[in-house]
Amino acid sequence: MRHLMSPLDFSVDELDRLLDLADDIEKNPAKYAHTCDGKKLATCFYEPSTRTRLSFEAAMLNLGGSVLGFSSADSSSAAKGESVSDTIRVISCYADICAMRHPKEGAPLVASQKSLIPVINAGDGGHQHPTQTLTDLLTIRSLKGTLGGLTIGLCGDLKFGRTVHSLINALIRYPDIRFVLISPEELRIPSYIREDVLTANNVPFTEVERLDEAMPQLDILYMTRVQKERFFNEEDYVRLKNYYILTKSMMELAKKDMLVLHPLPRVNEISVEVDDDPRAAYFRQAQYGVYVRMALILTLLEIDVNEP
Amino acid sequence: MLNISGIREGFVLDHIQAGMSLQIYHDLKLDALDCPVAIIKNARSNKMGKKDIVKVECPVDALDLEILGFIDHDITVNVIKDDKIVEKRKLHLPAQVKNIISCKNPRCITSIEQELDQIFLLTDEKREIYRCKYCEEKYRNPNRRKSNTPPQAAGHQT
Repeated sequence: MRHLMSPLDFSVDELDRLLDLADDIEKNPAKYAHTCDGKKLATCFYEPSTRTRLSFEAAMLNLGGSVLGFSSADSSSAAKGESVSDTIRVISCYADICAMRHPKEGAPLVASQKSLIPVINAGDGGHQHPTQTLTDLLTIRSLKGTLGGLTIGLCGDLKFGRTVHSLINALIRYPDIRFVLISPEELRIPSYIREDVLTANNVPFTEVERLDEAMPQLDILYMTRVQKERFFNEEDYVRLKNYYILTKSMMELAKKDMLVLHPLPRVNEISVEVDDDPRAAYFRQAQYGVYVRMALILTLLEIDVNEP
Repeated sequence: MLNISGIREGFVLDHIQAGMSLQIYHDLKLDALDCPVAIIKNARSNKMGKKDIVKVECPVDALDLEILGFIDHDITVNVIKDDKIVEKRKLHLPAQVKNIISCKNPRCITSIEQELDQIFLLTDEKREIYRCKYCEEKYRNPNRRKSNTPPQAAGHQT
């Protein structure tokens, strides 16, 4: 039995197979509509997350399965002091697979150690959010046709953004990847990513502050939100929250086939006028999130639709 | 020269950084052993200036010395049998340490679920970096010596 705790849990080959499956699901949804008949997904969300939870639920419903679960710690037995280990032992009796989000880092790993069913980390604090990374990879591969040979601009909060760190870790496994890291001085990429990941693996990268200067060279622009909860000082947040706003005029500097991605929710870092640009891929990205979660559920449940 | 009598069977832990012997006494749980233990603090050392030494008279398989590798892998472990040094054991950084150090990350699951073992994994041997198994918070050994050159073995003399 396998769990998913980090995007790097899958080898590149396994990841290719997962993305191939997601691709096939996108093209032939009817083929998969009853692959999980009679199976149940438990969504154990100890903190609210509308998007991720609904994406998991949509994925399981699309496969013909059912869902059960809770959407905040208040409505679970955690409020009575039950440990994650005890909760998952019980959930294992009710469901076939579990997606867990928890504010404490490592909680899904604790669950996986006691679980009788596969556990998917649906986000643990500022630590990992592997299905977002899988979503990003599927989106890039589907819309660009490849995960190699790309110049990827990562823009905004590169210091605290776990999606950015995970994406870098996942993409450096592909050939000829180059990063342009666009951030204000205060939100630059942490040194352990710069040195231990990028430099250590000889991945070319540049660090710049101006988005407009970086735009012409990018194949992908990955925008992130400056998250208020990461700042101790309100003044710093106010100063930095509008540091980058992607506008229609700025899009004119970009390649004709550049893609704009964003893990969502956006606040104001992408102007709504960009939404109608065919290069704006962030809402399609949410759709790919459902496909990749469907593929993940099938993979972890070891359901092979092609088996006789 | 301070004189401590020799031991028939057991260990002499030599070249301990001065001041570290009591931590080693606790981490090796020597207080739980019903056998003679001698702690020598601030012994003179040509190599180190000052050093601590711990002598334990016990069967050689009674102690799990793996944790010593985590505390300081430059400690010299002399295994004594019949009053003679029969082995100089090389210490390595253990791949995992359990319930020796605690995760300081307030967002880690171990901060609220106290019954969980505190487990740290060796993720970078060269730089001697351990990370919490659950949240991957980095732990760097504050007792790590600046030089990785092991001190000269000095037998089982003080």
